[in-house]
Amino acid sequence: MPSEAPNKSSEREAPPVQVRSLSKSFGEQTVLNGINLEVAQGETLSVLGRSGTGKSVLLKLIIGLHKPDSGSIRVHGQEVTGLPLKPLNEVRKKVGFLFQQAALYDSLTVEENVAFPLRRHSKMSDDERNELVGELLTSVGMDQDAHKLPAEISGGMQKRVGLARALALEPDILLFDEPTAGLDPITATEIDDLILRLQKERNMTSVVVTHDIHGARAISDRLALMRDGQILIEGTFEDLQKSRDTFVTQFLSGS
Amino acid sequence: MIVHLTVFAFVVGMALSLTDAGLTGRLNPHFPNIKNPLVAFFEWFGDLGMFCGRLIWAAFTPPYEIQEFVHQFDELGAKSLPLVALAGAATGVVLTLSTRDSLIRFGAKSFLPAVIIFSIIKESGPIITALVVSGRAAAGIGAELSAMKVTEQIDAMEASAVNPYKFLVATRVLACMLMLPLLTLVTDFFGVAMGWVASTLTEPVSLQLFLHDGFKSVAYRDFLPSTLKTTVFGLIIGLVPCFQGMRATGGTEGVERAATSSVVLASLLIILADVLLVHLILVFFS
Repeated sequence: MPSEAPNKSSEREAPPVQVRSLSKSFGEQTVLNGINLEVAQGETLSVLGRSGTGKSVLLKLIIGLHKPDSGSIRVHGQEVTGLPLKPLNEVRKKVGFLFQQAALYDSLTVEENVAFPLRRHSKMSDDERNELVGELLTSVGMDQDAHKLPAEISGGMQKRVGLARALALEPDILLFDEPTAGLDPITATEIDDLILRLQKERNMTSVVVTHDIHGARAISDRLALMRDGQILIEGTFEDLQKSRDTFVTQFLSGS
Repeated sequence: MIVHLTVFAFVVGMALSLTDAGLTGRLNPHFPNIKNPLVAFFEWFGDLGMFCGRLIWAAFTPPYEIQEFVHQFDELGAKSLPLVALAGAATGVVLTLSTRDSLIRFGAKSFLPAVIIFSIIKESGPIITALVVSGRAAAGIGAELSAMKVTEQIDAMEASAVNPYKFLVATRVLACMLMLPLLTLVTDFFGVAMGWVASTLTEPVSLQLFLHDGFKSVAYRDFLPSTLKTTVFGLIIGLVPCFQGMRATGGTEGVERAATSSVVLASLLIILADVLLVHLILVFFS
């Protein structure tokens, strides 16, 4: 279908995620005010900023969970804003999303959670699906707890399962909303290591939204610092360190 | 009819300003200004209209979530069955005891079986079932969906390219619509059975005679419309909590608000809908 995917050459050339002058307000509160971002194939970009500055909103806009007021979002060259539900769902299948509190379905067990997207979007047999779910859970170190309910496992474990679920449809882009928020430093490092390992194994493009500068430095190629709904500065950790802006230095040293 | 609709709109408006919109204005820090109840009322109806539109589109386009529908149907039926059986039985006993006394005073004791059976199958059975199930299911659905909403589970579902209107809402609304007439039959059965038990304990009468006397003048037009009208009650029980749940905001407080307003609104709308339905049934089936 021509409306669902642009021709192949432009798909190959287009960056996986491209955001142009994106703005979003809730009521009278402006959350994003003309954001520009581009993430290259295989790259990990961390978007940093203080809590409540609209970082999560940015991620949700990318997969069409919110509608922007203005601006453009392209995923593999395809415009997401204003896309009808059916083609939008095709885009969503290629993008994995790890939510802040993992957002596992309470009523389903760990393995049913991971199997949920597969049940709906792949035609594999029960055996094949179970095998894949087992592999995914093993890759995040959660194969021992497959039959437990989300309420019976810890926050860090929920994040691991959420990651396995996000990977189920083999996306080529992963969006992380505060992957280490609310975790102790040791568990946070474990999650960061897991993300790094999976990125290497699968060569995925990632956008990480976080306020944890150390974690961001460890897992990302490039950082972008947000303030007042805009990107204040963008570059490697070293680039940011060279900045003389008081907010940047405060953010890098204060956390 | 216009009088009915005016009363209907007025009461719903009052209820909304007391439960949902009023609380939103007072407790939600994002909306410090208390909204005009009239504005909130029209907003609520506008949102409900859009919600219904999405629901209808989701319900009638493939793929259908048959497995989830069966699960919800089973869940709703299994959990409500003991409740409605008990409520039906209690209604039967209470009706028998109170009606018997009145009928004796009027010297019309022989009408007791007919009065009990008519009263149960025409009105008490359907409305008691609807109110009991609304307390049980509307609170459950409202709390479940609002908890899923505030913990981003509904966002996660959309992010996995699954339409929550299809998976969560359509399955629940349809299960409620189909289950209510069946549960009404259960209430009717236990109501009549316990009506007989109560009546034979005070003055022995054989079951056969009781049923013969009672059902002598019952026609299908007494039974079918009043049983099938519970489909509308089922629609209310499914729709209202799904709607309130899907628009919940603000953590545990939002969950509490959605669950409470689901039960209050569903029960109220059921009673109001009953006024209209009884009127319509009288017009078309008498």
